[in-house]
Amino acid sequence: MELLVASAIGAMTAGGVYLLLRLRTFPVILGLALLSYAVNVFLFSSGRLAIDMSPILSKYGEASYTDPLPQALVLTAIVISFGMTAVLVMISLGAYLEADSDEIDIDQADLDEDAAK
Amino acid sequence: MSHWIILPVVLPAMLAPIIGFVMRYDIVLARIASTVGTALLLAISIVLLVMAMDGTTHIYRLGDWPAPFGIVLVLDRLSALMVLLTSLLAMMVLLHAMATGWDNRGRHFHALFQFQLMGICGAFLTGDIFNLFVFFEILLIASYGLMIHSGGRERMRAGLQYVVMNLAGSTLFLFALGTLYASTGTLNIADLAAKIPDIPADEAGLVRVAAMLLMIVFAVKAALFPVQFWLPATYANAPAPVAALFAIMTKVGAYAILRVHTVVFGPGVPGTDGMIDAWLFPAAIVTIALGAFGVLGAKRLMPLIGFSVVGSMGTLLVAVAAFSPVATTAALYYMVHSTFAAACLFLIADLVVSRRDGDSLTPRAPTVQNGLFAAIFFAAVIAMAGMPPLSGFLGKLLVLDALRDPDVIVWAWTAILVGSLLTIVGFARAGSALFWKSTSIDPSIPEGEAVAQPDVATPAQVAPVMLTLSALVVLSVFAGPVAGYLERTSEQLFDRAGYISAVLSPGEEG
Repeated sequence: MELLVASAIGAMTAGGVYLLLRLRTFPVILGLALLSYAVNVFLFSSGRLAIDMSPILSKYGEASYTDPLPQALVLTAIVISFGMTAVLVMISLGAYLEADSDEIDIDQADLDEDAAK
Repeated sequence: MSHWIILPVVLPAMLAPIIGFVMRYDIVLARIASTVGTALLLAISIVLLVMAMDGTTHIYRLGDWPAPFGIVLVLDRLSALMVLLTSLLAMMVLLHAMATGWDNRGRHFHALFQFQLMGICGAFLTGDIFNLFVFFEILLIASYGLMIHSGGRERMRAGLQYVVMNLAGSTLFLFALGTLYASTGTLNIADLAAKIPDIPADEAGLVRVAAMLLMIVFAVKAALFPVQFWLPATYANAPAPVAALFAIMTKVGAYAILRVHTVVFGPGVPGTDGMIDAWLFPAAIVTIALGAFGVLGAKRLMPLIGFSVVGSMGTLLVAVAAFSPVATTAALYYMVHSTFAAACLFLIADLVVSRRDGDSLTPRAPTVQNGLFAAIFFAAVIAMAGMPPLSGFLGKLLVLDALRDPDVIVWAWTAILVGSLLTIVGFARAGSALFWKSTSIDPSIPEGEAVAQPDVATPAQVAPVMLTLSALVVLSVFAGPVAGYLERTSEQLFDRAGYISAVLSPGEEG
C-alpha cells in the first residue's frame, strides 16, 4: 500500500507541476487542483498509513489507534484549497473577460507601449 | 492569561463581516467603521508593546489547551513590534485610500482590508506552524481581493499571476508541514525547537528537507531570488494604497524566516546547522543585485518602486542570513524603516501618477503642485536609497556594521554599497524625468484643445504621505532608543531555551 500511495502522490505532483507550467489558465487551474490533491494525500499519510483503526483512543482494552492530527490538518487543507480554487476560477474568468485572452503571461513590451502612449 | 493577545485577530475578524454584509452600500458608514477599527487596533498594539516590553514571553492558549496539544498565540518583543508596525502602516494607508477615493472604486475595500489585517496580525502572533499556514491563507485571500480592487485589464492579469504563484507556494507550505510532522510529530514552534536539536545530524534528512521547503515558501513571500519575479508586476499593477499595504506582506516572509529558522532550525542545531545561511546569503546578494538593476532599467514608475522593494528585501535578508543577535538587530531596524519607506514611495507615486497620464518615465508637461510632489518624492527616495539624514542610512550602516565577518564582508559590503549607488542613479533618473525635465516642456495648450487640469491635492490627501515621512524622521531621531529595544528583541529571539520553557510551561501564566 505504501508503494501505491507514494506513486499516486508522485504522479499527481508531476502532473500538477507540468500543468502549472502551461500557458493558458484552464490547465493551470487543473494543475493546482492536482497539486492540492497530491498534498492532501501526502498530509494524510504523514501520520503513517493504517487500516481499520479509529482515530480515537479507546479506554476499553488495547485497541490500537491512528494519529488523528493529520486528519484534522488535511480537513483544514481541503477546505482552504477548495476555497482558493473557487477564487482562482473567478479571477481567471474575470481576467479572461477583461483581456479577451486566457494567457497567463503578460507581455512586458505591450505594457511599456501602453504606458508610453 | 491576558486576553489582550487575541484582540488584534478577533477585532478585524468581527469587524470585516459586519462591514461586508451590513455596510456594503454605505461607503461613509464603512469608512467610519474601518477607521475606528484600525484606530482601536493601533491602541491594542500599543498596549501589547507595553506588555511585551518587560521581556516576558506572554502566552495565550486557545481553548485553554496546554501547548503543544492546543494552539498558542505567543507575544514577545518581536511579535509586539510587528503588530504595532502593521497597525501604524494600516492607519496611514487607510487614510490615503479614503482621501483619494480608492476605496470607492470597487466593492468591499474596507471588509477586505480588515481581513488582511486579521491575517497579518495573526501570522505575527501565532506560535504554531500550521496556524501560521492558516493565517497566511487568510492574508493571501484578502490580498487577492485587494490586488484586483477596481479591476482593469492589466490588473486582472497581474492579479491572476499573483494568485497562481501564491497558490503554488501554499501547496509547498503544506508539503513542508507534512514532512515536518512526519519526522517530529509536532507542529508547535516551541515543541519543534525542543525536539529537533535531539535528532542526530545523520538522521535529520527529512528535517533538512522540511527546513528548506519552509525557507522556499517564506522566500516566495519575502520576494527572495529566485522566486522574486511576481513582486514587480504585482506591486506595479495593484492599486497604489494596496501596494503600500503590501509593504508589510514581504516583511511577513522575513519575519517567518526569522522566527522559524532562528528558533527551530537555528544556529547550533546539529541537523540543519549552517545549511540555511549557506543558501540564504547568496540568494539575498543576488536579490540586491536584481533590485538595483531593476530600478536602473525600469521604464515606468510603479515597477521601479517595486524593484526598489526587492532590493531592500535583499539587504534585509543579507542581515537575517547572519543569524546572530547583532545582525538581527540591524535587520529589524532596517525592516521597520523599509516598510515605511516603501509605503511612502507608493503613496506619493499615487498622488503623482493620478495627476499625469500613466506612470511611464517620460517627461510630460508639469501638472499641479510639481514642487511639492518633487520635494516629497526626493525625501522618500533619500530614505529608500539609504542616504543621510533619514533612517535608511542608519539602517544600512547598522547592517554593514553587523556584517564584519571576513567570510561575508566582501560580498555583503560590495552588494549593498554598489546596489545603493545603482538605486540612487535609477531614482535620480526617474525623478528628473518626472519632475525636472517636465518644467522645460512648453505647457501652453494647443489651439482649440481644452485640457482638463487635474485637481489640486487636498491636505487630507497629502497628510498620509507626510505621516509615513514623519515616521521615518522619528525613526532616525530616536534611533538610539529604538535600536535599544530591537537589541533586547533579538536577544529574546535568540534565547531559545526561554521561549521553549515559556510556551511549554504548564503554569497559569507563561
